[in-house]
Amino acid sequence: MIAAKSVSDWPIAERMSGFVRHLRLNGFPLGPVETGNALRIIADAESFDATYAQLGLKTALCGQRDEWERFDGLFEAYWHGRGKEKSRPPQMLGKSADGATHTGLWEEHLSPGGKPKDAVAEHAEMPPGEGSEEASRAIASGRLIATPRDILRKTDLRRIVNPDEVAEAEAIALRLARAIRFNLSRRYQANWHGRKLDLRRTIRRSLSRGGEPIDLSRRRRIVRPVRIVVFLDVSGSMKEYSRYYLQFVRGLVGQWVEAEAFLFHTRLIKVSDAMRERDPMQAMMRLSLITEGFGGGTKIGESLRVFNDRHAKSVLNSRAVAVIMSDGYDTGAPGVIGRELKRLRKKARRIVWLNPLLGWKTYEPVARAMVEAMPHIDCFARATTLEDLARLEPQLAKL
Amino acid sequence: MTLEDLKSKLKGAGYVADDALCVALDLSLRLERPLLLEGEAGVGKTDIAKALATALDTKLIRLQCYEGLDANSAIYEWNYQRQLLAIKAHEKSDLDADAIEQHIFSQDYLLMRPLLESISQEQPPVLLVDEIDRADMEFEAYLLEILSEFQITVPEIGTIEATSIPRVILTSNSTRDLSDALRRRCLYTYVDFPDLAKELAILQTRQPGIEAAVGRQIVGFVQELRKEELEKVPGIAETLDWAAALMALDIKSLDEDLERTQATLICLLKTEADLKSVTPEVTSRLAGKAA
Repeated sequence: MIAAKSVSDWPIAERMSGFVRHLRLNGFPLGPVETGNALRIIADAESFDATYAQLGLKTALCGQRDEWERFDGLFEAYWHGRGKEKSRPPQMLGKSADGATHTGLWEEHLSPGGKPKDAVAEHAEMPPGEGSEEASRAIASGRLIATPRDILRKTDLRRIVNPDEVAEAEAIALRLARAIRFNLSRRYQANWHGRKLDLRRTIRRSLSRGGEPIDLSRRRRIVRPVRIVVFLDVSGSMKEYSRYYLQFVRGLVGQWVEAEAFLFHTRLIKVSDAMRERDPMQAMMRLSLITEGFGGGTKIGESLRVFNDRHAKSVLNSRAVAVIMSDGYDTGAPGVIGRELKRLRKKARRIVWLNPLLGWKTYEPVARAMVEAMPHIDCFARATTLEDLARLEPQLAKL
Repeated sequence: MTLEDLKSKLKGAGYVADDALCVALDLSLRLERPLLLEGEAGVGKTDIAKALATALDTKLIRLQCYEGLDANSAIYEWNYQRQLLAIKAHEKSDLDADAIEQHIFSQDYLLMRPLLESISQEQPPVLLVDEIDRADMEFEAYLLEILSEFQITVPEIGTIEATSIPRVILTSNSTRDLSDALRRRCLYTYVDFPDLAKELAILQTRQPGIEAAVGRQIVGFVQELRKEELEKVPGIAETLDWAAALMALDIKSLDEDLERTQATLICLLKTEADLKSVTPEVTSRLAGKAA
């Protein structure tokens, strides 16, 4: 077997470390050790064929199912130059084929001033078609919203741009999150400051005092953290709101271990780790890389199905509250949302649906997806302005 | 051993492996690194280890993980009863206390649990760490240490070095996220449900007596059934069970004997909701597609 060091001066070594970098950019947690391993496999595989090399690298460089499924595409793209190569010339950024200008998916959601364009060198590009239509529809119909600009708390969320306002938004998000984060167990636990007497312990302790209960033991109910699972719709129609919602989700996930975050669009992606990133710029970069390749349209039902199949087992428990943030415009097949929510409902304790459009004067939840979803939701609330969210606190606390 | 050798040996052991899995096993043998297998329940992850042990003609040592699994039941434990007896027996003799202590903390009184056993074999065994996701994080960290050092320290004796390095296979149903450290330490393979051809090959390997036409129908039916919305998707073991049941009942064709076929579905569907959702109409539709 050849050690990694001796092969490092091959021309292939450079290509290989480029490949590992390519994977790393796509969210694979790989280090120099993995590059060495990969080279060893190639060194060994010379007598074998390309398929062997590909399968071998796949085995060595993947660490989980998601990576396993994406690997072949990335491999093709790098070694054969087929498929989507990630970096594009800068002038191509944000232009879709029909000529309409589309900024990278994440720019709209995340950056106040469009700065990250340089920081995030590679951007997802929205394919033409449905996505662009949806986005323009949202912008056009957005005029319906009444937005008194005098008071910040009444400001439509999509107007929030300056850092103070974002900070305020985050604070409210945190408060809201706290409201649903604890609930009481039925079990009791010995506790010095508890309210109730623990008779069993008190009597046991009284033995040393000749049967007189002098030392009192107390107990109280166990406080158990509620697990919060957030699903954030980042499709075109939600664009105006999701930048703010992302702050909400960040506040939630960043402060509490028992919270998981998922983004969905046409695909479902777990972003808990990226959300926990301290540095907002870093988080942005990671998110934009993770969400690369999102297409247009929204598949809420399909995304929930993926969640139920893959993640529900490990993420949900009987104390979990699922929070879905979406406008309910769904382009998936009918019937799926209802069925998947029903499945979700079985595993999670409560389902909360926050809908920004509910704040619109004329909005009724008549979209097909919303009608399907309504029977399974415990709390359906509007979340158009900060005030709305603040007002949710007592409601969520009751759940 | 070449790839083809490995493949045919696995087949000889009753396991039909595809290329991806063969390469993964081959690499893990060559690089002496643990192989982490992930996949739905019932895709045959545990069987891979068994087949590998048979193929390599070596011993299979299995560690079944569960919540609360601790070092005592995974690595080693002292045989307390024997130690007590030994102390009693030596009371009459004139050995001093130190000598007795030396004696009762020797290898003779050490009970080997799977991990210690696996590193103290002459011939490298296959160590199967089953359902690692069920064990808790602390145990995972401990396992990581053993998997990288292949030595175990017993305070009373000292460090026990591995006499041979076991071939390690870990399986996980992904009920919990494994730590990145463990994932990086291992080679990884995601085992999916087999496609039609592979499942047919498995069925014919395991149930040699089955008629080709019926076999095709059975596998086709199960493949279609997996596409339905089910709570518990039937695995390969269920297919084999069902095939055995159909053979025992002497059912030659699924669509001609729908009533009895329907009754045997209990081999495939393990929850009430699933049984209810696969009505006779669904069965006949699936059987029609499979035929």
